[in-house]
Amino acid sequence: MTPKNKTALASSISGQTSRRDFLKVTGLVGGGLALAAAAPGWAQDTKKLVGGGDFNAYVQIRPDGRIVIYSGSPEMGQGIKTSLPMIVAEEMGADWDDVIVEQTSEVDTDRYGRQSTGGSYTVYLNWQMMREMGATAREMLISAAAIVMELPREELRAEDSRVRHLLSDRSRSFAELASLAQEQPMPAKADLQFRDREDYRILGTSKSQVDSLQIVMGQGDFGIDTRVPNMLYGSYVKCPAVGGKLVNANIADLKALPGIVDAYKVEGNGDVRELLDGVGIVGTSTWAVFEARKMLNATWDERNANKDSWSAFTAFANQQGNVGAEVLHEQGDVDSALEDPDNTVISSFYEYPYLTHLCLEPMNCTAHYRPGKNGGKDHLEVWLPTQSGPRFQTLAKQRYGLEKDQLTIHVKRMGGSFGRRTSGEYICEAIELSKLSGQPVKLTWSREDSMRHDYFREGGFCRLRGAMTKDGKLAAWEEHTIGTAVNGKPSRWTGVHPSTFPIATSAHARGSLTTYPMDTPSGPWRAPFSNTHAFVSQCFINELAEAGSRDHVELLIEMMGEPRWLEPKTFRAMNTERAIGVIKLAAEKGGWGRVMPAGRGLGIAFYFCHAAHVAELAEVSVDDQGKVTVHKVTAAVDVGPIINRSGALNQVQGSIIDGYSAMAGQKITMEDGRIQQTNLDRYPVLRIDAAPEVDVHFIESDYDPTGLGEPALPPLAAAVANAMYAATGRRVRSMPLLDAGYRV
Amino acid sequence: MTRFTFNVNGSDTQVDAPDDMPLLWVLRDLMGLTGSKYGCGIGQCGACTVHLNGEPIRSCLLPVSQIAGQSITTIEGLAQANELHALQEAWIAKDVAQCGYCQSGQIMSAAALLCRNAQPSDADIDVAMAGNYCRCGTYIRIREAIHAAALSVDATAKTGAQS
Repeated sequence: MTPKNKTALASSISGQTSRRDFLKVTGLVGGGLALAAAAPGWAQDTKKLVGGGDFNAYVQIRPDGRIVIYSGSPEMGQGIKTSLPMIVAEEMGADWDDVIVEQTSEVDTDRYGRQSTGGSYTVYLNWQMMREMGATAREMLISAAAIVMELPREELRAEDSRVRHLLSDRSRSFAELASLAQEQPMPAKADLQFRDREDYRILGTSKSQVDSLQIVMGQGDFGIDTRVPNMLYGSYVKCPAVGGKLVNANIADLKALPGIVDAYKVEGNGDVRELLDGVGIVGTSTWAVFEARKMLNATWDERNANKDSWSAFTAFANQQGNVGAEVLHEQGDVDSALEDPDNTVISSFYEYPYLTHLCLEPMNCTAHYRPGKNGGKDHLEVWLPTQSGPRFQTLAKQRYGLEKDQLTIHVKRMGGSFGRRTSGEYICEAIELSKLSGQPVKLTWSREDSMRHDYFREGGFCRLRGAMTKDGKLAAWEEHTIGTAVNGKPSRWTGVHPSTFPIATSAHARGSLTTYPMDTPSGPWRAPFSNTHAFVSQCFINELAEAGSRDHVELLIEMMGEPRWLEPKTFRAMNTERAIGVIKLAAEKGGWGRVMPAGRGLGIAFYFCHAAHVAELAEVSVDDQGKVTVHKVTAAVDVGPIINRSGALNQVQGSIIDGYSAMAGQKITMEDGRIQQTNLDRYPVLRIDAAPEVDVHFIESDYDPTGLGEPALPPLAAAVANAMYAATGRRVRSMPLLDAGYRV
Repeated sequence: MTRFTFNVNGSDTQVDAPDDMPLLWVLRDLMGLTGSKYGCGIGQCGACTVHLNGEPIRSCLLPVSQIAGQSITTIEGLAQANELHALQEAWIAKDVAQCGYCQSGQIMSAAALLCRNAQPSDADIDVAMAGNYCRCGTYIRIREAIHAAALSVDATAKTGAQS
């Protein structure tokens, strides 16, 4: 007997079934479109909002009543493929169970808008457009219903995939109305009205992500799972020290190996984000090409290759005082406060390591380059896990001279990205191998490739100095970062940002920078800059609170001062009232001020980044052997109204666990330009037994919603470090904890 | 190249492969079963977890020559008779996944756990799931989903006994 609570499977999940289909156990119905006409309306005034068919670029109703909502932004685990369509469905009045979400099948920013994701800004930057897409479809459906039902529009309302008459029980389904509706005039954007928050039926509720079924069946649409006819498997070997030139390689030996189809010496263009010199190997399986690499005997000219040494950088930083630092920002009179004998002045030195992105799905790309025949144009088709399809279009134009009509781009789900999949080299390598072999090639980086050839979260150091007055007020703040310069230019991911807390709130503050030359490529890693600055700054505030005999929470609130925006009001600006709100809430919900048993402590940290105000309170114990246990983290988060409650909670929980994972054990070092941790045996990821309980509280303020992929990560390390100090009386001023003798 | 015969997801299968080719690549590249994932290749991350005669193993390390004549279950074969496994149901209901890449392996490890321990404690889960990394940090929901699946299997058994 079939238990009632079991869900039977649709016979095929090759296309996404809607949740209603899934529950009803119907198979897939043919996907014919009733609404074939070109979309009217906005073509004239706003070409960005033009649809090629149906209601608009993002909404389509199928004859069986299923509502297709397109997702234009790439999915990497941040949940955008679910949250943006929820906004459309809400405004439209759709029943979520009728909705099917499909990834846009092309990259066309004129039609779909940004089609890129990053910086936790995707929700914010699409919020208005998604509402417009839903509201437009809704108004056209109501117009059609007014005709069919012979009723005034004012008496009609769209909800649950029906247009209902408010004064009777009459109604028509969206499916019945779709054909007529798509011929109705598209309303002017200025005339659109949006639903009130109190009327929301979808936004703010919890929806399982739209690809959950595919994922649990092993059918997620990951790039690495791409299989196309006649496809070869590829691998690409570069010099272990970035920038080494290939001199020679035993290509003939490789070609003779089992399962190997061909091997090539490839000359790069010297651009680490495009194509470096390497040995390309194509074969009949990933295993065959990985095995062939073991037999590769290559000679590299490393005269101009990376020579970086983490130990040398560390030695430099430890000797570096404030001499030679370039003052990048100064406000008020810092020196007077530091020299005032009545003030208590303290100084501390912090360290944070290089980190790798460690996307569990290694870098990969499938490319099929078809030379034009008989004078025709070349064509390139790619199956591409990327945060930005449009960025690839730019690369294809600049590097290969390919116009948009010469490209077919399949944007694939990413098995994690965290800022990693924004560059071009894994794409260019796949393209080269396809050009050379004349066949489609799936290039897969090994785990070792992925860790060795990353754009790392760069490591660095920070000297902090601060002065507290006799009555425990912050008198001056100084931070001196010792960061990296790549090719003589200070890295984009280091330095001083005057808009960050606490510089932005302090009357007397100074930020300075000393750089050390490093050739190791660096790039954005989940909450770039913030993930290190939050650690050093929010730990040091805890030190200052102690120096001034102040309660940390009271000091934080005092530092915020009057309610105000710290920059002209934009969604990216910090607001002190919102900051105080999350600090107070985390303190209250986490039980700040409780008397803790010996060896156990509470620590708090606040940070603002990616338009989000987040405070976290950690409860941590440390035993006599240095074993650290994070029992619970309480998070208070203000990102405005929540779109998908389940997804939002997941992001906060995950960011906290990810932040602790990095803090606990992760560190990349390099010597002689070679990365020394090339697989997971030397780069531990937090395991389930060490994952803390996470208690999340949202302040759903009335500002427009912003994203959650990053901002809950930065405060975590400081909150845990401050709690460890409360537990042990020993400061934690460097990461990871394993290096400082702790166990996790 | 040798011809190997073994059972995958209930079907007897023949594959021509080098003796030392790990099962993971046989599944993914030769058979097109891409649900089992490559994460590290050294048995650390658990993304490649499948069942060998019901026991969870890391397919990235197991040469195909060692499984001749034996039975393999992959994530594609976990659902039975057109019904999702209780864990798959729970994974959807609890909205466990973020990027989703590790989840095939997580579910296969959890399925093996529930086979030998129908009501695992948190400590049992810690031990059974220690070999499966999640870079996105979905551990809290993985734990919840395993407990939920255990409860639903239990409830189903009781309902069945009464009827």
